[in-house]
Amino acid sequence: MAVNTNDKIITVKNLIKKFGDFTANDNLTFDVYRGEIFGFLGANGAGKTTAMKILCGLSKPTSGEISVAGFDVYKQTEKIKKNIGYMSQKFSLYEDMTVKENIRFYAGIYGLKRSYIKEKTAELLDRLRMNDYANTLIASIPLGWKQKLAFSIAIFHNPKIVFLDEPTGGVDPITRRQFWDMIYEAAHNGITVFVTTHYMDEAEYCDRVTIMVDGRIDALDTPDNLKKEYKAENMDQVFVKLARNIE
Amino acid sequence: MIKETNISNLSEEIVRVENLSKSYEKGKVKALKDISFSINKGELFGFIGPDGTGKTTLFRILTTLLLSDTGTATLNNLDIVKDYKKLRKILGYMPGRFSLYQDLSIEENLNFFATVFGTTIEENYDLIKDIYIQIEPFKKRLAGKLSGGMKQKLALSCALIHKPTILILDEPTTGVDAVSRKEFWEMLKRLKEKGITILVSTPYMDEASMCDRIALMQSGKILSIDTPVNTIKSFEEELYSVSSRDIYRLKNDLKEYENTSSVFLFGQNLHYTSKQENTNIDELKDYLIGNNHEEIKIEKIEPNIEDCFMRLMEN
Repeated sequence: MAVNTNDKIITVKNLIKKFGDFTANDNLTFDVYRGEIFGFLGANGAGKTTAMKILCGLSKPTSGEISVAGFDVYKQTEKIKKNIGYMSQKFSLYEDMTVKENIRFYAGIYGLKRSYIKEKTAELLDRLRMNDYANTLIASIPLGWKQKLAFSIAIFHNPKIVFLDEPTGGVDPITRRQFWDMIYEAAHNGITVFVTTHYMDEAEYCDRVTIMVDGRIDALDTPDNLKKEYKAENMDQVFVKLARNIE
Repeated sequence: MIKETNISNLSEEIVRVENLSKSYEKGKVKALKDISFSINKGELFGFIGPDGTGKTTLFRILTTLLLSDTGTATLNNLDIVKDYKKLRKILGYMPGRFSLYQDLSIEENLNFFATVFGTTIEENYDLIKDIYIQIEPFKKRLAGKLSGGMKQKLALSCALIHKPTILILDEPTTGVDAVSRKEFWEMLKRLKEKGITILVSTPYMDEASMCDRIALMQSGKILSIDTPVNTIKSFEEELYSVSSRDIYRLKNDLKEYENTSSVFLFGQNLHYTSKQENTNIDELKDYLIGNNHEEIKIEKIEPNIEDCFMRLMEN
Protein backbone atom coordinates (compact mmCIF):
# COMPACT_ATOMS: atom_id res chain seq x y z
CA MET A 1 0.00 0.00 0.00
CA ALA A 2 1.31 3.44 -0.82
CA VAL A 3 2.11 5.30 2.36
CA ASN A 4 2.88 9.02 2.39
CA THR A 5 6.12 9.45 4.30
CA ASN A 6 5.41 13.15 4.88
CA ASP A 7 2.25 12.36 6.78
CA LYS A 8 3.45 11.31 10.23
CA ILE A 9 0.85 10.14 12.72
CA ILE A 10 3.31 9.23 15.48
CA THR A 11 6.64 10.97 16.02
CA VAL A 12 9.07 9.82 18.67
CA LYS A 13 12.30 11.72 19.34
CA ASN A 14 14.82 10.53 21.92
CA LEU A 15 12.30 8.73 24.10
CA ILE A 16 13.82 7.66 27.39
CA LYS A 17 11.91 5.88 30.16
CA LYS A 18 13.62 4.89 33.37
CA PHE A 19 12.34 2.94 36.35
CA GLY A 20 14.86 3.76 39.10
CA ASP A 21 18.27 2.91 37.62
CA PHE A 22 16.73 0.60 35.04
CA THR A 23 16.37 2.07 31.54
CA ALA A 24 13.41 0.39 29.84
CA ASN A 25 13.45 2.63 26.75
CA ASP A 26 16.89 3.87 25.81
CA ASN A 27 16.68 6.83 23.44
CA LEU A 28 14.10 5.64 20.90
CA THR A 29 13.57 7.68 17.75
CA PHE A 30 11.12 6.69 15.04
CA ASP A 31 8.09 7.87 13.05
CA VAL A 32 4.94 6.04 12.04
CA TYR A 33 3.15 7.12 8.85
CA ARG A 34 -0.58 7.50 8.45
CA GLY A 35 -2.26 4.36 7.14
CA GLU A 36 0.69 2.03 7.53
CA ILE A 37 0.87 -1.30 9.34
CA PHE A 38 3.75 -0.85 11.73
CA GLY A 39 5.17 -3.99 13.35
CA PHE A 40 6.71 -3.53 16.78
CA LEU A 41 8.80 -6.59 17.62
CA GLY A 42 11.29 -7.56 20.26
CA ALA A 43 12.25 -10.17 22.81
CA ASN A 44 10.44 -10.45 26.15
CA GLY A 45 11.61 -7.63 28.36
CA ALA A 46 12.98 -5.56 25.47
CA GLY A 47 10.76 -2.62 26.43
CA LYS A 48 7.86 -2.94 23.96
CA THR A 49 5.06 -2.72 26.52
CA THR A 50 6.68 0.29 28.21
CA ALA A 51 6.88 2.17 24.92
CA MET A 52 3.36 1.21 23.94
CA LYS A 53 1.95 2.44 27.26
CA ILE A 54 3.61 5.80 26.68
CA LEU A 55 2.22 6.06 23.14
CA CYS A 56 -1.27 5.25 24.46
CA GLY A 57 -1.06 8.03 27.04
CA LEU A 58 -1.03 5.63 29.99
CA SER A 59 2.48 6.35 31.18
CA LYS A 60 4.74 9.41 31.01
CA PRO A 61 8.23 9.24 29.52
CA THR A 62 11.27 10.33 31.55
CA SER A 63 12.35 12.51 28.62
CA GLY A 64 11.93 12.90 24.88
CA GLU A 65 9.53 14.52 22.44
CA ILE A 66 6.61 12.33 21.51
CA SER A 67 3.42 13.13 19.70
CA VAL A 68 0.59 10.74 18.87
CA ALA A 69 -2.15 11.70 16.40
CA GLY A 70 -0.94 15.27 16.75
CA PHE A 71 -1.14 15.34 20.57
CA ASP A 72 1.58 15.61 23.16
CA VAL A 73 2.13 12.59 25.45
CA TYR A 74 2.90 14.80 28.48
CA LYS A 75 -0.05 17.17 28.41
CA GLN A 76 -2.73 15.82 26.09
CA THR A 77 -3.14 12.19 27.14
CA GLU A 78 -6.95 12.40 27.27
CA LYS A 79 -7.04 13.64 23.67
CA ILE A 80 -4.71 10.81 22.67
CA LYS A 81 -6.99 8.24 24.29
CA LYS A 82 -9.97 9.55 22.32
CA ASN A 83 -8.11 9.21 19.05
CA ILE A 84 -6.72 5.73 19.44
CA GLY A 85 -8.09 2.22 19.75
CA TYR A 86 -6.44 -0.52 21.80
CA MET A 87 -6.72 -4.27 21.87
CA SER A 88 -4.65 -6.87 23.65
CA GLN A 89 -4.90 -10.60 23.92
CA LYS A 90 -5.12 -10.42 27.70
CA PHE A 91 -7.62 -7.64 28.19
CA SER A 92 -10.34 -7.24 25.68
CA LEU A 93 -13.98 -8.00 26.36
CA TYR A 94 -16.10 -8.52 29.47
CA GLU A 95 -16.83 -12.24 29.68
CA ASP A 96 -19.99 -11.84 31.74
CA MET A 97 -21.59 -9.38 29.32
CA THR A 98 -23.17 -10.26 25.98
CA VAL A 99 -21.76 -9.43 22.57
CA LYS A 100 -24.15 -6.49 22.18
CA GLU A 101 -23.56 -5.20 25.71
CA ASN A 102 -19.82 -5.15 25.13
CA ILE A 103 -20.23 -3.12 21.95
CA ARG A 104 -22.59 -0.66 23.64
CA PHE A 105 -20.33 -0.37 26.68
CA TYR A 106 -17.17 0.49 24.75
CA ALA A 107 -18.96 2.74 22.27
CA GLY A 108 -20.53 4.54 25.23
CA ILE A 109 -17.14 5.14 26.83
CA TYR A 110 -16.05 6.90 23.66
CA GLY A 111 -19.12 9.10 23.88
CA LEU A 112 -20.83 7.94 20.70
CA LYS A 113 -24.53 8.74 20.24
CA ARG A 114 -27.09 6.04 20.95
CA SER A 115 -28.69 6.13 17.52
CA TYR A 116 -25.25 5.89 15.91
CA ILE A 117 -24.25 2.98 18.15
CA LYS A 118 -27.45 1.14 17.27
CA GLU A 119 -26.97 1.54 13.56
CA LYS A 120 -23.28 0.64 13.59
CA THR A 121 -23.87 -2.37 15.87
CA ALA A 122 -26.32 -3.89 13.40
CA GLU A 123 -23.84 -3.29 10.60
CA LEU A 124 -21.00 -4.83 12.57
CA LEU A 125 -22.92 -7.96 13.62
CA ASP A 126 -23.89 -8.43 10.00
CA ARG A 127 -20.35 -8.14 8.76
CA LEU A 128 -19.04 -10.57 11.40
CA ARG A 129 -21.99 -12.90 10.75
CA MET A 130 -22.73 -12.84 14.46
CA ASN A 131 -26.37 -11.76 14.36
CA ASP A 132 -27.52 -14.93 16.07
CA TYR A 133 -25.08 -14.35 18.90
CA ALA A 134 -25.88 -10.73 19.74
CA ASN A 135 -27.30 -11.76 23.11
CA THR A 136 -24.78 -14.51 23.89
CA LEU A 137 -22.30 -14.06 26.73
CA ILE A 138 -18.73 -13.47 25.58
CA ALA A 139 -17.64 -16.36 27.83
CA SER A 140 -19.38 -18.85 25.57
CA ILE A 141 -18.20 -17.77 22.11
CA PRO A 142 -15.04 -19.23 20.52
CA LEU A 143 -11.71 -17.46 20.98
CA GLY A 144 -11.34 -16.61 17.30
CA TRP A 145 -14.69 -14.79 17.32
CA LYS A 146 -13.78 -12.93 20.49
CA GLN A 147 -10.63 -11.63 18.88
CA LYS A 148 -12.42 -10.49 15.73
CA LEU A 149 -15.08 -8.81 17.84
CA ALA A 150 -12.48 -7.21 20.13
CA PHE A 151 -10.72 -5.77 17.10
CA SER A 152 -13.97 -4.44 15.62
CA ILE A 153 -14.79 -2.80 18.94
CA ALA A 154 -11.31 -1.28 19.18
CA ILE A 155 -11.94 0.55 15.89
CA PHE A 156 -15.68 1.16 16.44
CA HIS A 157 -15.12 4.87 17.18
CA ASN A 158 -13.04 5.19 14.03
CA PRO A 159 -9.74 6.04 15.71
CA LYS A 160 -6.74 7.43 13.86
CA ILE A 161 -4.48 4.69 15.24
CA VAL A 162 -5.19 1.24 16.62
CA PHE A 163 -2.68 -0.44 18.95
CA LEU A 164 -2.74 -4.23 18.87
CA ASP A 165 -0.75 -6.06 21.54
CA GLU A 166 -0.24 -9.66 20.41
CA PRO A 167 -3.73 -9.84 18.95
CA THR A 168 -3.46 -13.32 17.43
CA GLY A 169 -1.90 -15.37 20.22
CA GLY A 170 -3.31 -18.88 20.45
CA VAL A 171 -5.82 -18.84 17.59
CA ASP A 172 -5.87 -21.44 14.84
CA PRO A 173 -3.97 -20.71 11.62
CA ILE A 174 -7.09 -20.05 9.54
CA THR A 175 -8.59 -17.61 12.06
CA ARG A 176 -5.18 -15.93 12.38
CA ARG A 177 -5.21 -15.21 8.66
CA GLN A 178 -8.81 -13.97 8.74
CA PHE A 179 -7.75 -11.61 11.51
CA TRP A 180 -4.99 -10.20 9.31
CA ASP A 181 -7.55 -9.64 6.56
CA MET A 182 -9.37 -7.36 9.01
CA ILE A 183 -6.13 -5.54 9.82
CA TYR A 184 -5.48 -4.95 6.11
CA GLU A 185 -9.00 -3.66 5.67
CA ALA A 186 -8.63 -1.21 8.56
CA ALA A 187 -5.31 0.04 7.15
CA HIS A 188 -6.94 0.33 3.74
CA ASN A 189 -9.59 2.56 5.31
CA GLY A 190 -6.88 4.86 6.62
CA ILE A 191 -6.48 3.60 10.19
CA THR A 192 -2.84 3.31 11.20
CA VAL A 193 -2.10 -0.08 12.74
CA PHE A 194 0.59 -0.47 15.41
CA VAL A 195 1.00 -4.16 16.16
CA THR A 196 3.17 -6.46 18.27
CA THR A 197 3.43 -10.18 17.61
CA HIS A 198 5.53 -13.24 18.38
CA TYR A 199 4.66 -14.85 15.04
CA MET A 200 7.52 -13.97 12.74
CA ASP A 201 5.55 -14.74 9.58
CA GLU A 202 3.17 -11.97 10.63
CA ALA A 203 6.07 -9.54 10.73
CA GLU A 204 6.18 -9.95 6.95
CA TYR A 205 2.63 -8.62 6.63
CA CYS A 206 3.69 -5.24 8.02
CA ASP A 207 4.68 -2.25 5.87
CA ARG A 208 7.60 -1.58 8.20
CA VAL A 209 9.00 -3.40 11.19
CA THR A 210 11.12 -2.33 14.12
CA ILE A 211 12.93 -4.78 16.33
CA MET A 212 13.66 -3.72 19.89
CA VAL A 213 16.60 -5.25 21.71
CA ASP A 214 17.50 -4.31 25.27
CA GLY A 215 15.49 -1.08 25.34
CA ARG A 216 16.85 0.17 22.01
CA ILE A 217 15.64 0.07 18.43
CA ASP A 218 18.26 -1.92 16.54
CA ALA A 219 16.49 -2.15 13.22
CA LEU A 220 13.68 -0.35 11.44
CA ASP A 221 12.81 -0.94 7.81
CA THR A 222 10.52 -2.83 5.45
CA PRO A 223 10.67 -6.62 5.90
CA ASP A 224 12.33 -6.91 2.48
CA ASN A 225 15.12 -4.49 3.31
CA LEU A 226 15.71 -6.08 6.72
CA LYS A 227 16.07 -9.49 5.14
CA LYS A 228 18.58 -8.09 2.65
CA GLU A 229 20.53 -6.22 5.31
CA TYR A 230 20.82 -9.23 7.62
CA LYS A 231 21.26 -11.73 4.79
CA ALA A 232 18.28 -13.69 6.03
CA GLU A 233 15.65 -15.73 4.24
CA ASN A 234 12.83 -14.69 6.55
CA MET A 235 12.02 -12.43 9.49
CA ASP A 236 12.59 -15.22 11.97
CA GLN A 237 16.26 -15.31 11.00
CA VAL A 238 16.50 -11.52 11.19
CA PHE A 239 15.03 -11.61 14.67
CA VAL A 240 17.32 -14.37 15.92
CA LYS A 241 20.42 -12.61 14.51
CA LEU A 242 19.51 -9.35 16.20
CA ALA A 243 18.44 -10.77 19.54
CA ARG A 244 21.39 -13.16 19.82
CA ASN A 245 23.88 -10.37 19.12
CA ILE A 246 23.43 -8.85 22.53
CA GLU A 247 24.40 -11.94 24.49
CA MET B 1 -10.84 -44.03 14.66
CA ILE B 2 -7.28 -42.82 14.83
CA LYS B 3 -4.70 -44.98 13.21
CA GLU B 4 -1.39 -45.28 14.91
CA THR B 5 1.52 -45.54 12.56
CA ASN B 6 5.22 -45.83 12.94
CA ILE B 7 5.27 -47.31 16.40
CA SER B 8 8.08 -49.79 16.44
CA ASN B 9 7.36 -53.08 18.15
CA LEU B 10 10.60 -52.78 19.99
CA SER B 11 9.65 -49.58 21.71
CA GLU B 12 8.06 -49.73 25.09
CA GLU B 13 4.72 -48.05 25.60
CA ILE B 14 4.65 -45.76 28.63
CA VAL B 15 1.43 -43.80 28.13
CA ARG B 16 -1.82 -45.38 26.97
CA VAL B 17 -4.99 -43.33 26.60
CA GLU B 18 -8.27 -44.88 25.51
CA ASN B 19 -11.47 -43.08 24.60
CA LEU B 20 -11.11 -40.13 26.92
CA SER B 21 -14.00 -37.67 26.88
CA LYS B 22 -14.64 -34.65 29.04
CA SER B 23 -17.33 -32.02 28.97
CA TYR B 24 -18.01 -28.93 31.05
CA GLU B 25 -21.16 -27.02 31.99
CA LYS B 26 -23.41 -30.09 32.14
CA GLY B 27 -22.33 -31.38 28.77
CA LYS B 28 -22.74 -28.12 26.90
CA VAL B 29 -19.03 -27.64 26.26
CA LYS B 30 -17.29 -30.72 24.93
CA ALA B 31 -13.61 -30.25 25.68
CA LEU B 32 -12.38 -33.72 24.70
CA LYS B 33 -14.15 -36.04 22.31
CA ASP B 34 -13.12 -39.68 22.51
CA ILE B 35 -9.35 -39.26 22.47
CA SER B 36 -7.05 -42.29 22.13
CA PHE B 37 -3.30 -42.50 21.66
CA SER B 38 -0.18 -44.06 23.07
CA ILE B 39 3.32 -42.75 23.70
CA ASN B 40 6.58 -44.66 23.89
CA LYS B 41 9.21 -44.45 26.55
CA GLY B 42 11.70 -41.69 25.86
CA GLU B 43 9.57 -39.96 23.25
CA LEU B 44 9.29 -36.21 22.95
CA PHE B 45 5.62 -36.02 22.02
CA GLY B 46 3.92 -32.79 20.98
CA PHE B 47 0.25 -31.83 21.15
CA ILE B 48 -0.21 -29.02 18.67
CA GLY B 49 -3.32 -26.94 18.30
CA PRO B 50 -4.90 -23.56 18.96
CA ASP B 51 -6.40 -22.38 22.27
CA GLY B 52 -9.62 -24.06 23.31
CA THR B 53 -8.69 -27.35 21.66
CA GLY B 54 -8.63 -29.41 24.85
CA LYS B 55 -4.88 -29.65 25.38
CA THR B 56 -5.00 -28.36 28.95
CA THR B 57 -8.03 -30.52 29.82
CA LEU B 58 -6.14 -33.56 28.54
CA PHE B 59 -3.04 -32.71 30.57
CA ARG B 60 -5.08 -32.05 33.72
CA ILE B 61 -6.69 -35.47 33.36
CA LEU B 62 -3.34 -37.19 32.79
CA THR B 63 -1.81 -35.45 35.82
CA THR B 64 -4.76 -36.68 37.98
CA LEU B 65 -6.00 -33.16 38.65
CA LEU B 66 -9.30 -33.66 36.83
CA LEU B 67 -11.55 -36.67 36.26
CA SER B 68 -12.63 -37.59 32.76
CA ASP B 69 -16.29 -38.38 31.97
CA THR B 70 -15.40 -41.59 30.15
CA GLY B 71 -12.28 -43.47 29.10
CA THR B 72 -9.13 -44.71 30.77
CA ALA B 73 -5.49 -43.81 30.87
CA THR B 74 -2.35 -45.35 32.31
CA LEU B 75 1.07 -43.75 32.65
CA ASN B 76 4.00 -46.01 33.48
CA ASN B 77 1.39 -48.74 34.14
CA LEU B 78 -0.32 -46.62 36.78
CA ASP B 79 -4.01 -45.88 36.38
CA ILE B 80 -4.93 -42.19 36.55
CA VAL B 81 -7.82 -42.87 38.94
CA LYS B 82 -6.87 -45.89 41.05
CA ASP B 83 -3.16 -45.18 41.34
CA TYR B 84 -3.24 -41.39 41.43
CA LYS B 85 -1.08 -41.11 44.54
CA LYS B 86 1.72 -43.23 43.10
CA LEU B 87 1.38 -41.55 39.76
CA ARG B 88 1.85 -38.06 41.17
CA LYS B 89 5.28 -39.12 42.50
CA ILE B 90 6.63 -39.96 39.06
CA LEU B 91 5.13 -37.07 37.11
CA GLY B 92 6.63 -33.65 36.58
CA TYR B 93 4.06 -31.05 35.58
CA MET B 94 4.46 -27.49 34.41
CA PRO B 95 1.03 -25.88 34.12
CA GLY B 96 0.29 -23.24 31.51
CA ARG B 97 -0.21 -20.55 34.10
CA PHE B 98 2.82 -19.70 36.25
CA SER B 99 2.01 -21.47 39.52
CA LEU B 100 5.03 -21.08 41.73
CA TYR B 101 5.05 -19.01 44.91
CA GLN B 102 5.57 -15.41 43.84
CA ASP B 103 6.56 -14.35 47.36
CA LEU B 104 9.27 -16.98 47.70
CA SER B 105 12.70 -16.61 46.12
CA ILE B 106 14.00 -18.82 43.31
CA GLU B 107 15.95 -20.92 45.79
CA GLU B 108 13.04 -21.17 48.25
CA ASN B 109 10.66 -22.35 45.55
CA LEU B 110 13.04 -25.03 44.40
CA ASN B 111 13.74 -26.14 47.98
CA PHE B 112 10.02 -26.28 48.68
CA PHE B 113 9.27 -28.57 45.76
CA ALA B 114 12.28 -30.78 46.54
CA THR B 115 11.12 -31.16 50.16
CA VAL B 116 7.53 -31.94 49.21
CA PHE B 117 8.83 -34.85 47.14
CA GLY B 118 11.19 -35.97 49.92
CA THR B 119 14.39 -35.07 48.14
CA THR B 120 16.98 -32.27 48.04
CA ILE B 121 18.32 -29.92 45.39
CA GLU B 122 21.75 -31.55 45.72
CA GLU B 123 20.44 -35.06 45.09
CA ASN B 124 19.08 -34.26 41.62
CA TYR B 125 21.21 -31.25 40.78
CA ASP B 126 22.62 -33.03 37.73
CA LEU B 127 19.25 -33.13 36.05
CA ILE B 128 18.47 -29.44 36.45
CA LYS B 129 22.02 -28.07 36.29
CA ASP B 130 21.84 -26.96 32.62
CA ILE B 131 18.71 -24.98 33.24
CA TYR B 132 19.15 -23.85 36.83
CA ILE B 133 22.67 -22.52 36.27
CA GLN B 134 21.15 -19.75 34.12
CA ILE B 135 19.00 -18.42 36.96
CA GLU B 136 21.20 -19.37 39.92
CA PRO B 137 22.93 -15.95 40.01
CA PHE B 138 19.52 -14.50 40.95
CA LYS B 139 18.54 -17.22 43.43
CA LYS B 140 17.66 -14.73 46.18
CA ARG B 141 15.22 -12.87 43.93
CA LEU B 142 11.48 -13.35 44.48
CA ALA B 143 9.77 -15.46 41.83
CA GLY B 144 7.19 -12.69 41.32
CA LYS B 145 9.95 -10.31 40.19
CA LEU B 146 11.37 -12.53 37.44
CA SER B 147 11.11 -11.99 33.68
CA GLY B 148 9.01 -14.39 31.59
CA GLY B 149 12.01 -16.39 30.41
CA MET B 150 13.40 -16.77 33.94
CA LYS B 151 10.03 -17.82 35.36
CA GLN B 152 9.84 -20.48 32.69
CA LYS B 153 13.29 -21.83 33.62
CA LEU B 154 12.41 -21.87 37.33
CA ALA B 155 9.10 -23.65 36.67
CA LEU B 156 10.90 -26.29 34.62
CA SER B 157 13.53 -26.74 37.35
CA CYS B 158 10.77 -27.21 39.95
CA ALA B 159 8.97 -29.74 37.73
CA LEU B 160 12.21 -31.73 37.41
CA ILE B 161 13.57 -31.61 40.96
CA HIS B 162 12.11 -34.99 41.97
CA LYS B 163 13.51 -36.71 38.85
CA PRO B 164 10.18 -37.57 37.23
CA THR B 165 9.77 -40.47 34.80
CA ILE B 166 7.34 -38.48 32.68
CA LEU B 167 7.36 -34.73 32.20
CA ILE B 168 4.16 -32.94 31.15
CA LEU B 169 4.51 -29.35 29.96
CA ASP B 170 1.44 -27.28 29.14
CA GLU B 171 2.32 -24.59 26.59
CA PRO B 172 5.74 -23.78 28.05
CA THR B 173 6.61 -21.48 25.14
CA THR B 174 3.41 -19.46 24.84
CA GLY B 175 4.07 -15.73 24.93
CA VAL B 176 7.81 -16.33 24.88
CA ASP B 177 9.89 -14.66 22.16
CA ALA B 178 11.34 -16.58 19.21
CA VAL B 179 14.87 -16.79 20.63
CA SER B 180 13.85 -18.01 24.10
CA ARG B 181 11.54 -20.53 22.45
CA LYS B 182 14.44 -22.06 20.52
CA GLU B 183 16.52 -22.27 23.71
CA PHE B 184 13.69 -23.96 25.55
CA TRP B 185 13.39 -26.69 22.93
CA GLU B 186 17.12 -27.29 23.12
CA MET B 187 16.71 -27.85 26.87
CA LEU B 188 13.91 -30.36 26.21
CA LYS B 189 16.10 -32.28 23.78
CA ARG B 190 18.78 -32.63 26.43
CA LEU B 191 16.22 -33.90 28.96
CA LYS B 192 14.97 -36.44 26.46
CA GLU B 193 18.52 -37.71 26.07
CA LYS B 194 18.48 -38.41 29.80
CA GLY B 195 15.59 -40.84 29.23
CA ILE B 196 12.66 -38.72 30.38
CA THR B 197 9.45 -39.10 28.38
CA ILE B 198 8.08 -35.66 27.56
CA LEU B 199 4.53 -34.61 26.67
CA VAL B 200 4.40 -31.00 25.57
CA SER B 201 1.64 -28.84 24.14
CA THR B 202 2.05 -25.76 21.98
CA PRO B 203 0.01 -23.46 19.76
CA TYR B 204 3.07 -22.75 17.58
CA MET B 205 3.01 -24.96 14.50
CA ASP B 206 6.66 -24.27 13.72
CA GLU B 207 7.68 -26.14 16.88
CA ALA B 208 6.37 -29.45 15.49
CA SER B 209 9.70 -30.35 13.92
CA MET B 210 11.31 -30.42 17.37
CA CYS B 211 9.13 -33.41 18.41
CA ASP B 212 9.53 -37.13 17.68
CA ARG B 213 5.81 -37.41 17.03
CA ILE B 214 3.00 -34.91 17.02
CA ALA B 215 -0.74 -35.01 17.56
CA LEU B 216 -2.53 -32.21 15.71
CA MET B 217 -5.58 -31.20 17.76
CA GLN B 218 -8.65 -29.13 16.99
CA SER B 219 -11.98 -28.79 18.81
CA GLY B 220 -11.40 -31.61 21.30
CA LYS B 221 -10.29 -34.11 18.68
CA ILE B 222 -7.00 -35.45 17.40
CA LEU B 223 -6.82 -34.80 13.66
CA SER B 224 -3.68 -36.87 13.10
CA ILE B 225 -0.82 -38.53 14.98
CA ASP B 226 2.50 -39.15 13.28
CA THR B 227 6.11 -38.07 12.98
CA PRO B 228 6.52 -34.52 11.63
CA VAL B 229 8.00 -35.96 8.41
CA ASN B 230 5.09 -38.35 7.81
CA THR B 231 2.54 -35.68 8.70
CA ILE B 232 4.00 -33.55 5.92
CA LYS B 233 4.06 -36.53 3.53
CA SER B 234 0.34 -37.00 4.08
CA PHE B 235 -0.30 -33.68 2.30
CA GLU B 236 -1.18 -35.11 -1.08
CA GLU B 237 -1.83 -32.11 -3.32
CA GLU B 238 0.83 -30.16 -5.17
CA LEU B 239 1.62 -27.02 -3.21
CA TYR B 240 2.86 -23.82 -4.82
CA SER B 241 4.28 -20.63 -3.44
CA VAL B 242 2.93 -17.69 -5.45
CA SER B 243 3.93 -14.05 -5.11
CA SER B 244 3.65 -10.78 -7.00
CA ARG B 245 4.26 -7.13 -6.21
CA ASP B 246 0.86 -6.57 -4.61
CA ILE B 247 0.35 -9.61 -2.41
CA TYR B 248 -2.97 -8.50 -0.96
CA ARG B 249 -4.59 -8.01 -4.36
CA LEU B 250 -2.99 -11.26 -5.51
CA LYS B 251 -4.73 -13.13 -2.72
CA ASN B 252 -8.12 -11.71 -3.64
CA ASP B 253 -7.58 -12.45 -7.33
CA LEU B 254 -6.52 -16.02 -6.63
CA LYS B 255 -9.60 -16.53 -4.49
CA GLU B 256 -11.69 -15.57 -7.53
CA TYR B 257 -9.78 -17.92 -9.85
CA GLU B 258 -11.87 -20.89 -10.98
CA ASN B 259 -9.13 -23.51 -10.53
CA THR B 260 -8.23 -22.48 -6.97
CA SER B 261 -8.72 -25.05 -4.24
CA SER B 262 -7.03 -23.13 -1.40
CA VAL B 263 -4.98 -19.99 -0.98
CA PHE B 264 -3.36 -18.87 2.28
CA LEU B 265 -1.02 -16.05 3.18
CA PHE B 266 2.43 -17.14 4.42
CA GLY B 267 4.67 -14.19 5.10
CA GLN B 268 5.19 -12.45 1.78
CA ASN B 269 4.02 -15.41 -0.29
CA LEU B 270 0.77 -17.24 -0.86
CA HIS B 271 0.47 -20.99 -0.56
CA TYR B 272 -1.72 -22.20 -3.35
CA THR B 273 -3.33 -25.52 -4.28
CA SER B 274 -5.32 -26.17 -7.43
CA LYS B 275 -8.46 -28.19 -8.10
CA GLN B 276 -6.62 -29.66 -11.07
CA GLU B 277 -4.83 -32.93 -10.47
CA ASN B 278 -1.76 -31.56 -12.23
CA THR B 279 -1.59 -27.85 -11.63
CA ASN B 280 -1.48 -25.99 -14.93
CA ILE B 281 1.14 -23.33 -14.19
CA ASP B 282 0.95 -21.63 -17.57
CA GLU B 283 -2.78 -21.16 -17.25
CA LEU B 284 -2.33 -19.76 -13.74
CA LYS B 285 0.36 -17.37 -14.92
CA ASP B 286 -1.78 -16.16 -17.82
CA TYR B 287 -4.64 -15.49 -15.44
CA LEU B 288 -2.41 -13.40 -13.17
CA ILE B 289 -0.89 -11.49 -16.07
CA GLY B 290 -4.42 -10.85 -17.31
CA ASN B 291 -5.14 -9.29 -13.93
CA ASN B 292 -2.16 -6.94 -14.29
CA HIS B 293 0.10 -8.58 -11.75
CA GLU B 294 3.80 -7.83 -11.97
CA GLU B 295 6.86 -9.72 -10.78
CA ILE B 296 4.92 -12.97 -10.65
CA LYS B 297 6.76 -15.88 -9.05
CA ILE B 298 5.34 -19.40 -8.94
CA GLU B 299 7.36 -22.15 -7.33
CA LYS B 300 6.55 -25.67 -6.21
CA ILE B 301 7.27 -26.13 -2.51
CA GLU B 302 7.14 -28.66 0.32
CA PRO B 303 4.24 -28.10 2.70
CA ASN B 304 4.90 -27.26 6.34
CA ILE B 305 2.94 -28.33 9.42
CA GLU B 306 0.68 -25.28 9.24
CA ASP B 307 -0.31 -26.21 5.68
CA CYS B 308 -1.15 -29.72 6.91
CA PHE B 309 -3.09 -28.41 9.87
CA MET B 310 -5.24 -26.10 7.75
CA ARG B 311 -5.89 -28.89 5.27
CA LEU B 312 -7.05 -31.19 8.10
CA MET B 313 -9.19 -28.38 9.56
CA GLU B 314 -10.97 -27.89 6.28
CA ASN B 315 -11.79 -31.58 5.82
